[in-house]
Amino acid sequence: MIRLTKLTKRYGTFTAVDGLDLVVPPGELFGFLGPNGAGKTTTLRMIAGILQPTSGTIEIGGDDLATRPREAKLRMGFIPDRPFVYDKLTGAEFLRFVAALFGQEGAAIERRIDELLGLFDLAPWKHELTESYSHGMRQKLIIASALVHRPEVIVVDEPMVGLDPKSARLLKDLFREFCDRGGTVLMSTHTLEVAEAMCDRIGIILGGRLVGLGTMPELRAQHDAGDASLEELFLRLTGGAPDRELGAVLEG
Amino acid sequence: MTAPAPGIPVILLPKWRTALARLRREGSGAPLKLLLLGLAGAGFWSAVFAVVVRVLRYMKGQAEIGGYLPAKMLGVLLLTCGAILLFSSLITALSTFFLAKDLDLLQAAPTDWLTFYLAKLMETALHASWMVALLALPILAAYGVVFDGGPGFALVAVAAFVPYVALPAVVGSALTLVLVNVFPARRARDLLGLVAVGAVGVLVVVLRVLRPERLARPEGYRNLVEFLGALRSPDNPWLPSEWAAQMVMNWLRQVADPLPIALLWTTAGAFVVLGAELHRRLYRAGFTKAQEGSDQAAGGRWWPALAGRLLAPLPAAKREFIVKDVLVFFRDATQWSQLILLAVLLLVYLLNIRALPLYTGERVSFFLVTLVVFLNQGLAGFVLSAIAARFVFPAVSLEGRQMWLLRSSPLDLRALVWSKYWTGTLPLLVLGLLITGATNVLLQASPFMMAISVGTITLYTLASSALALCFGALFPQFDTENAAQIPTSFGGLVFMLASVALLGAVIALEARPVLAFVQASQQGEPLALDPALAGALALAAALCLATTLVALRAGLARVSRMEF
Repeated sequence: MIRLTKLTKRYGTFTAVDGLDLVVPPGELFGFLGPNGAGKTTTLRMIAGILQPTSGTIEIGGDDLATRPREAKLRMGFIPDRPFVYDKLTGAEFLRFVAALFGQEGAAIERRIDELLGLFDLAPWKHELTESYSHGMRQKLIIASALVHRPEVIVVDEPMVGLDPKSARLLKDLFREFCDRGGTVLMSTHTLEVAEAMCDRIGIILGGRLVGLGTMPELRAQHDAGDASLEELFLRLTGGAPDRELGAVLEG
Repeated sequence: MTAPAPGIPVILLPKWRTALARLRREGSGAPLKLLLLGLAGAGFWSAVFAVVVRVLRYMKGQAEIGGYLPAKMLGVLLLTCGAILLFSSLITALSTFFLAKDLDLLQAAPTDWLTFYLAKLMETALHASWMVALLALPILAAYGVVFDGGPGFALVAVAAFVPYVALPAVVGSALTLVLVNVFPARRARDLLGLVAVGAVGVLVVVLRVLRPERLARPEGYRNLVEFLGALRSPDNPWLPSEWAAQMVMNWLRQVADPLPIALLWTTAGAFVVLGAELHRRLYRAGFTKAQEGSDQAAGGRWWPALAGRLLAPLPAAKREFIVKDVLVFFRDATQWSQLILLAVLLLVYLLNIRALPLYTGERVSFFLVTLVVFLNQGLAGFVLSAIAARFVFPAVSLEGRQMWLLRSSPLDLRALVWSKYWTGTLPLLVLGLLITGATNVLLQASPFMMAISVGTITLYTLASSALALCFGALFPQFDTENAAQIPTSFGGLVFMLASVALLGAVIALEARPVLAFVQASQQGEPLALDPALAGALALAAALCLATTLVALRAGLARVSRMEF
């Protein structure tokens, strides 16, 4: 379970996240949407413990991230949008290192590493330095690292970027299965079709505030949108590029 | 479609703006910090200026040889700096021409090849030489003041310095370009291993060419005429450093000789043209090869198992952190290759100590031996600071891109700082004790001086390493493409200033007890450590320990506040 209470982040006079209240219960796959610069990544990085909130609280599985950071983080796996890993470690060494950060080691972890590398088709590159991995392979390695310690909560920023269709499908199935077994996923994405098909509930953020929250039928009802798709709803709530601007850009 | 190709200012503008923005950010964040840094910098410059003025005035006062020694000293200084510039240019050129993040954009843009080359050459020269330029400023100012150079001297100094800096930048860029083309199978960064070996060669050659000890021992010459002849004649008439020195000294001595100016500028011009032609022929192929992935196998896979047994008492996170740091270090050629250079430098250091004429010929006084032992610990401390700058200072910066993982994991940041500190400090401590022990044995130091040196070096290493980690966290370089460049940043310079200041304070505190020991020994009495002397030694120890604790706490606090 993830609980955000009056979560705020300011950079000088600019407010990136403005008093966000949100609860994602166990078993839910929550889609966190918004245009570029809306505050999605800032929110996710605060939940992951990378950024300090200006005010407000974050609870992971009932543990406050500020007062019980170790307990809160032990419950969580974080998948960032940019797959930076140690270039000079092999895939297996990287996963072993991440497991140790979560206090886990031994034969069980070795089996877990083999299992995850096999699941993501990385077994043949187990002993290769990650500097020779492609962008997609690094992304898969990071996803594997978020699962290595068997978290209760997964916080994921743009998971589909760089993945091939087979891996993207695998990830969708994995998240669904994870939630069906009682896990919690908070996922930020720009792929609206994926969010519409996968997520139990959706939150749309704009200017650091939630402007839409609920299941697809609830969102449609809240905004009198009939049977509009998520894309139409998203554009209605966040504003699209006017036709005349597009025309001006494309003019010779 | 016709549109003007982007010029040099357009290519350099983003770097310039980035540097300005960084300066503004540093300035607005902590004006007091900037003021302190400014004062420290001004103090350092003033000290260098004062020392050089004093040395030059002394030299000037010597009959017969007084006119030649300053020129000789400038030539030696510029030759040494030239070697540093060449090494620095090799490292920098690899980043600016082959690894920089703006290269994809510039290669995809309709940039003219010559404009691109000149812009990147200027960037290389600027990055490689700013530290040497900062050091040269008070030295050249001292020459100008002592020899009444007048207002025109500043222009002459700049006119000598520009081609003097440009030449190593051209040669360094060209060598890097050739290396990248010759070794296509390796990643570009791995080339630094070769670069380091090349630098070792350059260093050894420079030391061979210099042989400065000859000038300190006139008895080695057959007669005075030969000694004066050696002073008068340029050591390396074909090196640009000599031309630059001559150009400067000709102005100061009011000698009208256009030859050094002509040699310096025409050579620099010719080298830029040749460098540009080489760039035109080889760059595209070299750039493409530098992008190829490495197919080397991951070495050192036995190490985690061994470390697991050796470090078994430690918690898993600390143990794996050390294993990770060691693996990453020894698999990265930009890191381990510097060890070769380090080994040669240490060898040269020990050989120089051995070459001191303390136990050859006439027996020198006990006072002089003790003085050399005492000053040697200062020199060893400086060497250790320089090594800490290279290996401990970048530790936090090198974690930058992976900080998302460390911060989102339950890792206690104290464990991170602990691992970084001891992984860097332990080898440094072993090295420091080896240098001090070996040189003290060579110098036949007394047991008292051995105890003082060993104690000082142990405590100073702990403090210097903590300072390196702290300043590395205060001035992180997360976006650097090359680990070897991190210590040459502004933060690296500030660390060196702080470290040298601490060393100076420790040496100053220990001076009185050491003097008392010499006096007691000369009178054949045992040293009576009165409260004042014991207090001075205790204060030196307390200063090192306090610095260690404060620096580690400040470093930890900074790492805890970092946002990504």
